[in-house]
Amino acid sequence: MTTPLSYLSSAGPAAAPLTQLAWGLGGISVAVSVIVAIALVWGIWRRRPAPPAGGSGLEAGGPPGAGMAWIYVGLGISVPVLAACTVWTLFVLGEVMHPASKPHLTLQVTAHQWWWEVRYLDPVAGRVFTTANEIHIPVGEPVRVVLSSPDVIHSFWVPKLAGKMDVIPGITNVTWMQAATPGRYRGQCAEFCGLQHARMAFFVTADSPAAFNTWREGQLAPPPPASANPEVAQGSALFAARCASCHTVSGTPAGGIVGPELSHLASRETLAAGTIPNDTQHLNAWIADPAAVKPGVLMPKVPMTAAERAQVVAYLQSLT
Amino acid sequence: MADTTLDRNPPTEDPGLTATWETRPGFIGWLSSVDHKEIGKRYLITAFAFLAIGGVEALIMRAQLARPNQTLLTPAEYNQLFTMHGVTMVFLYALPMLSGFSNYLWPLLLGSRDMAFPRLNAFSYWVFLASGLFIYSTFLIGQAPNAGWFNYVPLAGKEYDPGLNIDVYALGLIFLGISTTVGAINFIVSLMRTRAPGMSINRMPILVWGTLTASVANLFAVPALSAACLLLWLDRTFGMHFYDPHAGGQPLLWQHLFWVFGHPWVYALVLPAMGIVSDALPTFCRRPLVGYTAVALATVTTMVVGFGVWVHHMFATGLPGLALSFFGAASMIIAIPSAVSVFAWLGTIATGRPVFKTPFLYFAGFILLFVIGGVSGFMTAAVPLDWQLTDTYFVVAHLHYVLLGINVFPVIGGLYYWFPKITGRMTSERLGRWGFWVSFIGFNLAFFPMHLSGLRGMPRRIYTYPADMGWDGANMVTSIGSAVFAVGVLITLYNLAVSRVRGAPAGANPWDAATLEWSVSSPPPAYNFRRIPIIASRHPLWEGRLDHGTGRSVLETDIALQHGRETLATTTLDAEADAILRMPDDSLAPLLLAVTLTIGFAGLLGHLWWLAGAGGVLSALAAAIWLAPSPPPVPAEETARG
Amino acid sequence: MADVLVPPTALPVAPQGSRASGWYGLVFLVATEAALFIYLLFSYFFLASQAPGPWPPSGAPPILSAAVNTAILLASSVTAVWAQRGIEKGSSGRLIAGLSLSLVLGAVFAGVQVHDWMHKPFNPATDAYGSLFYTITGVHIAHVAVGLFILACLILWAALGRFSARRHLHVTVGVLYWHFVDAVWLVVFTTFFLTPRLG
Repeated sequence: MTTPLSYLSSAGPAAAPLTQLAWGLGGISVAVSVIVAIALVWGIWRRRPAPPAGGSGLEAGGPPGAGMAWIYVGLGISVPVLAACTVWTLFVLGEVMHPASKPHLTLQVTAHQWWWEVRYLDPVAGRVFTTANEIHIPVGEPVRVVLSSPDVIHSFWVPKLAGKMDVIPGITNVTWMQAATPGRYRGQCAEFCGLQHARMAFFVTADSPAAFNTWREGQLAPPPPASANPEVAQGSALFAARCASCHTVSGTPAGGIVGPELSHLASRETLAAGTIPNDTQHLNAWIADPAAVKPGVLMPKVPMTAAERAQVVAYLQSLT
Repeated sequence: MADTTLDRNPPTEDPGLTATWETRPGFIGWLSSVDHKEIGKRYLITAFAFLAIGGVEALIMRAQLARPNQTLLTPAEYNQLFTMHGVTMVFLYALPMLSGFSNYLWPLLLGSRDMAFPRLNAFSYWVFLASGLFIYSTFLIGQAPNAGWFNYVPLAGKEYDPGLNIDVYALGLIFLGISTTVGAINFIVSLMRTRAPGMSINRMPILVWGTLTASVANLFAVPALSAACLLLWLDRTFGMHFYDPHAGGQPLLWQHLFWVFGHPWVYALVLPAMGIVSDALPTFCRRPLVGYTAVALATVTTMVVGFGVWVHHMFATGLPGLALSFFGAASMIIAIPSAVSVFAWLGTIATGRPVFKTPFLYFAGFILLFVIGGVSGFMTAAVPLDWQLTDTYFVVAHLHYVLLGINVFPVIGGLYYWFPKITGRMTSERLGRWGFWVSFIGFNLAFFPMHLSGLRGMPRRIYTYPADMGWDGANMVTSIGSAVFAVGVLITLYNLAVSRVRGAPAGANPWDAATLEWSVSSPPPAYNFRRIPIIASRHPLWEGRLDHGTGRSVLETDIALQHGRETLATTTLDAEADAILRMPDDSLAPLLLAVTLTIGFAGLLGHLWWLAGAGGVLSALAAAIWLAPSPPPVPAEETARG
Repeated sequence: MADVLVPPTALPVAPQGSRASGWYGLVFLVATEAALFIYLLFSYFFLASQAPGPWPPSGAPPILSAAVNTAILLASSVTAVWAQRGIEKGSSGRLIAGLSLSLVLGAVFAGVQVHDWMHKPFNPATDAYGSLFYTITGVHIAHVAVGLFILACLILWAALGRFSARRHLHVTVGVLYWHFVDAVWLVVFTTFFLTPRLG
């Protein structure tokens, strides 16, 4: 069984102290519950001397303070534990507030209803590029994530790599994450954001620095030249006519900014914010009727014949 | 137990007082009743009905979530259901239920003939009912509130939610706030002015402390929600910009206002319920509560600190580290007063001699659920850990352990405990035990696995989930457990319904309990006390049997108060006799005002400004009729009696 | 115990003033209403603290008419006190005269407020400041309207001879509410008209 969003194990320095805290405080919590349960059961069923015959029916023999020992002992144990946990928590807070070294890579993540726009910032203007729903980072390096939202509140969350940070319109929040080991880590919107809050996932792929650079150069590459394949060429024309008002493919006239950027779509593993795999069949079904896959999705059903749709799919799959 | 009962028989009925205080027969009489016992029962029944509705909503959601990728519900339907489930349970069940207990019990616990403001009491109920129906009014046309009970903007703004959904939420909660506020004022003034002579504040039942604390908190918390909802409604209706980041507004303003309200509110939902346990558990342990003073102070302390921890609902909103540290530490400290109460209950049980009646089962079970809900709350108070826990099912588990464990279990235990007093009949112990164990097992089956799905990252408020996330098993168990829990509640309902008709006669004090309400017959007479009692200890009916009695209360005093509806006013701290209060007669005015207010709110909802204006004018007139001073009395009554 | 308590026969029936339940009730109503204004003003200061540009966006609002209006409202409280002292001495005429003066002054205040509203360079939908200004002064005006209605009812009931030196709880409570409406205005006035001039 896989548990991709579990934070009981983690994969980076922004999340590992939180995992320790979860196990530590969780262990203390279980212990407290068990101890109280034992005390409760013992208190209920402990052997008691028989009540005196003809008594009042009340257990009032002791002094007025009888039983106060429970409060004194209970607090005597629980207050120091609580204080220690508070101190530990504050240390962890200080530990994960900021990365150990200054991040070199800054991602500008914009949360939309119901997908993620990811912009890789770079001092060189020509090296800035945008992708959607799939983030690649180099292993072993802190990555700064700048969060904004043009619509409603979302929350950016990759449990294996870092805790949540809300994405709030009008506010720019900043968080960071770092992967200690290569892998593909699932992320998820964690603040209720409307109809498809459930299907607003994304992936963070942590690669070796070399592999990351290869991927990055691939994202910066211009689109493939006009294809000799007539299906792809027709798909390109259809895309320009029917899809370009919402979607961008860099290096082409398609420059819409309403929906996710589709440059290099074929390099992604999933569609519709981590909802379905990126293969011919699913891509075709998605374009045919997006709301059938994700009810309430803002992408409209664009009228197309099956043949036209196949051409658009062929074009999109050429965007490697 | 009954064979050891030493209490005297309840006084025989006083026909004169009955004629003075009794609700008149017939439908009009029923509508105009201001008897706190009648109003309390209405609160209990209405709140239980909302509990059932909210429960059905939950069961439908659990059917959808039992397995991954189900399509029983559309996301739009699911969002309305989870929102209405939260709104119903938090606003329409949890506090009104406790108000029901407090309404029914306060004058009986305090030794008075009615609440300080009997008509306001009736008004409070009618407004609760009207606002509940108002909030549900758009459910039938598919436009129920759908942005969660916390209703964050901008999702709840006009741009993203253009229907009536959020308007009915905002107006409905302002409307309900009126009921909560006047109810709170009534409890506070009743406590300050209508306690029996001698019931100084160190002799009040803990339930009274809990309700007092909750009521004071509500006075200062509810306006935050009303303000937040007013601003939201203005944004939505007149294009204002309180929450609009494009014109100087801030979405976080809503969160601050909402949680300044929301956190004290959560304590208001549990402190009176904890008071039920603190008062009723000792009856079944055959000894007074351990640490009365500590528990009373813990109750108040919890609320005081509770006003300073609202930010712990906002740990992931990007606040500065210093603020996070402060609010995180405060949220940890609030565990201490809760721990005091837990150890007091444990000590009461361990040093007492438990009697295994149904209410005891619920109270003992409650202690365990309280601790589990408490320690999971302690985990979420740890700021960095909360960055993982918040908005996952771990929090869903936590809040259900808190709200069901600390509210519903004591409430059901309390229903079993006071059912004989309210109806004069005993419930079935056999069905009671069945109901408890089925509920207790079902509850834990339903909500414990949520901790696990939460730790495995399952987010809240999702209408479905993929199959490969490690959540399938926990969700299936949760769905089964919720059905089992529902069966347990049904057994309880069946037990109460059958016992209402066929239960054995209860007598005045079937549990041999210590407090004043058990000194009168079951059900109590309309006037409660034939004579206003004089109180000398916390457990007037156990005096003489305790080795450390502080004095002897007098139940058959010479304080008769037979000149029309009257009760005794006492001073706030020491409860010394101060004045004789004239109590109002039954009246239709409270109902009338509730109806005119409903007209006004309906006008606001429909943007029918003429209707809203008419509702406002009619409400002013209704209030003026209600409050108009009576013509001057005959001179003899002007002066002090004598 | 029973012997140390005042026997009930010596207790006042239907007590007046601060021993009456109604007086307690109003004190707590005022407390919760005050909390409402605190939250509204919190909203003002919260949004002011987050504002990227100057606050208020259109500069501090002109103070003259608001200051005069403040004096008018305070005067209405003075006349109300005078009226209340009157009925405490048994003078229904002074009660009616004083409350009528308060009613007129309160109505003038409301009229000036509405006049000022209509001559603002912004409206409730202009920006968050406009929303705050109209909403908070509007909620206050709503309280003034309730207060005026209460004053009118008190005058009517006084004319019907319902009050005496012994029985005038409604007057005590109604005038207390009117003082509250005044006190809130002082805070609202300070917030909107004085604090922008402090910086």
